[in-house]
Amino acid sequence: MDGRGLTVQIGEDRLERVVCQMEVEIKNADGLHMRPAMQFVDIASTFECDIIISNSENSVDGKSIMQMSMLAATCGTKLKIRAEGADAQQAVDALRKLVEEKMFDEPPPKKNKTKNVKT
Amino acid sequence: MEIKKGIAVSPGIAIAKALIIDSEDYRIPRRSISPSQRMTEIQRARNAFKDAVGELTRLEVAQDKTDEGKIKDIFAVHLRFLRDRSLRKKITDLVHSQSVTAEYAVSATLREIAAHFTKVKDPYISERAADIYDIERRLLRELLGKKREDVEHLTEEVAVVARELSPTETAGFDRKFVKGLATDAGGRTSHTAIVARSLGIPAVVALENLTDDITGADVVIIDGNRGIVIVKPDEQTIRQYQEYEREFVALEHKLDAIREKPAVTRDGIRITLLGNIEFPEEAESVLQKGGEGIGLYRTEFLYLNTKREPTEEDHYQAYAETIGVFKHRPVIIRTVDLGADKYTQSKRFAPEPNPFLGLRSIRFCLQNLMMFKTQLHAILRASVLGKVKIMFPLITNIQEVMQSKLILRDVMEDLDEESVAYDKNVQIGIMIETPSAALTAATLARDVDFFSIGTNDLTQYTLAVDRGNELVSTLYSAADPAVLRLIRTVIQDAHKAQIDLNVCGEMASEPEYIVLLLGMGVRTISLAPPMIPEIKQIIRSVTMEDCNNVARKILGMNSERQISNYLRDATRKILPEVF
Repeated sequence: MDGRGLTVQIGEDRLERVVCQMEVEIKNADGLHMRPAMQFVDIASTFECDIIISNSENSVDGKSIMQMSMLAATCGTKLKIRAEGADAQQAVDALRKLVEEKMFDEPPPKKNKTKNVKT
Repeated sequence: MEIKKGIAVSPGIAIAKALIIDSEDYRIPRRSISPSQRMTEIQRARNAFKDAVGELTRLEVAQDKTDEGKIKDIFAVHLRFLRDRSLRKKITDLVHSQSVTAEYAVSATLREIAAHFTKVKDPYISERAADIYDIERRLLRELLGKKREDVEHLTEEVAVVARELSPTETAGFDRKFVKGLATDAGGRTSHTAIVARSLGIPAVVALENLTDDITGADVVIIDGNRGIVIVKPDEQTIRQYQEYEREFVALEHKLDAIREKPAVTRDGIRITLLGNIEFPEEAESVLQKGGEGIGLYRTEFLYLNTKREPTEEDHYQAYAETIGVFKHRPVIIRTVDLGADKYTQSKRFAPEPNPFLGLRSIRFCLQNLMMFKTQLHAILRASVLGKVKIMFPLITNIQEVMQSKLILRDVMEDLDEESVAYDKNVQIGIMIETPSAALTAATLARDVDFFSIGTNDLTQYTLAVDRGNELVSTLYSAADPAVLRLIRTVIQDAHKAQIDLNVCGEMASEPEYIVLLLGMGVRTISLAPPMIPEIKQIIRSVTMEDCNNVARKILGMNSERQISNYLRDATRKILPEVF
């Protein structure tokens, strides 16, 4: 289930502190290996906001390739994206698109059932 | 400034910048820094990152031209890592919190990360550990400079420092640039010692942790006389050592003056001094130092030195070159002593658990007949160019002698069929370097033309000690009564059978042992070229009567300590200036 983004205004200063959260699921067969991790970090780094990615055990900086590759998220893993900053909403949207729609430009897992082919 | 004590194995003084060789691993000096240096180190780390990013970007762009998308990907990944701010922060934080060098922080941090990666089940991730090590190497290269790697393209004088040095590593050493050697491991007869002596450069070994406390390009003094290494010496020390160096060079010149003079004892007994070599290039230096021939040509270096296996022509060229230097003077060519070395072991399917006692030397040759015959073919062909003698190493019994001679006869027949000339009366000898050979020397003497006592291996096998193992290297001593008894037996058996005998181990280049060897009846010695003048000086300063007395006295002693002390005192009395 993907959550709705929450918009909260924190603090009195002129800078908007927007916090957006979203859960995404890794859909490509090979999961979050180096190349996808790289793409993820590249996109995350284009945004100003802080981006924290969490799995069930850890939270890491979404802009750090070192930390993202430690997540070792396989196909089917659910990750929580939390962005905080002016462009948080855009960041979350872009990342969701990458993970779930584009699937890092990689194929989804093959279906498990195979028809018995008689030779 | 740090002073380290080790074992002096080759005389002389070297004052030069350190070049650190580490074949497997980058050993990083932990070196703590003072708090005031932290900012400098942090800046160094940042610069290393910047330079590494620059280099990788260049490489990535260059890759565009080739097809390999995969390689480009790898560079891209590495670049991301190097640009990762949290990684950089981790490293600079470590420098700050623990006051360590940039190198140490980089290495420690990246290895920690690599360790985490290796633990992850997913192979995609765990394989990334290799990338982390690669990045570590890249950063270290930026920090430590090229000085850590390149021995082949030296342009300035350096002192080579390493944990230990293998034959392949030292093969390319040019005396013009490599001014001294210092290793953590090793003992008096380790490869480092042998190479240093034949190059005539100072060396100190068994320093234990020198590589932990030195960085590439640090100025270092290697005192091969006293067995001291000084890292980053202060002005005063440098000046003092420059003075020592001058004195030492003066002494060398003095010894050079006796080059043309014969090695004769004061009471007229003539001793023959030959040289030990590993490469044809060293033949010249044997002659220069006053040697009268080659007593031991270690031919395995034809295999250890090159990237591809030597052909029969390669063998022949090397032998021809060597013989050419000596013309009619004897050149004893020892067939390859391969098998226990790292090079051969690494090519095995299953490395031997105990190569020292395994398929090495003559056994290795007898099981690799094609290689053996190739070498014998080349040696025989070269035998027409001078006075060649063939020597078989590590003989343990008479069968090995018989088999080797049989194969030699086979090769001779081949040459006859090919109508190629060779010396039909070429002399054949064996190394006596195992206890079994020493104990059965009388039998062996009947079937060979000469013996050569290899005191290094003989001592190791007799005392069951690995000379390269610094934990036990003090047990290794040619002054051990057991070793001396065996040597005496061999000398007597050779005399009885009236065959030639020489001693070619490192014992022959130690001043304290010369007197003893002469007194035991040795008349031919083969040693590393740099030591020839000094040994000749000793021979010219003693009488055979003195030597015989020393040998007789030793007969009654039964402790190594007693014997070596006595030898040192006796030699000192005869030659005060050597000490």
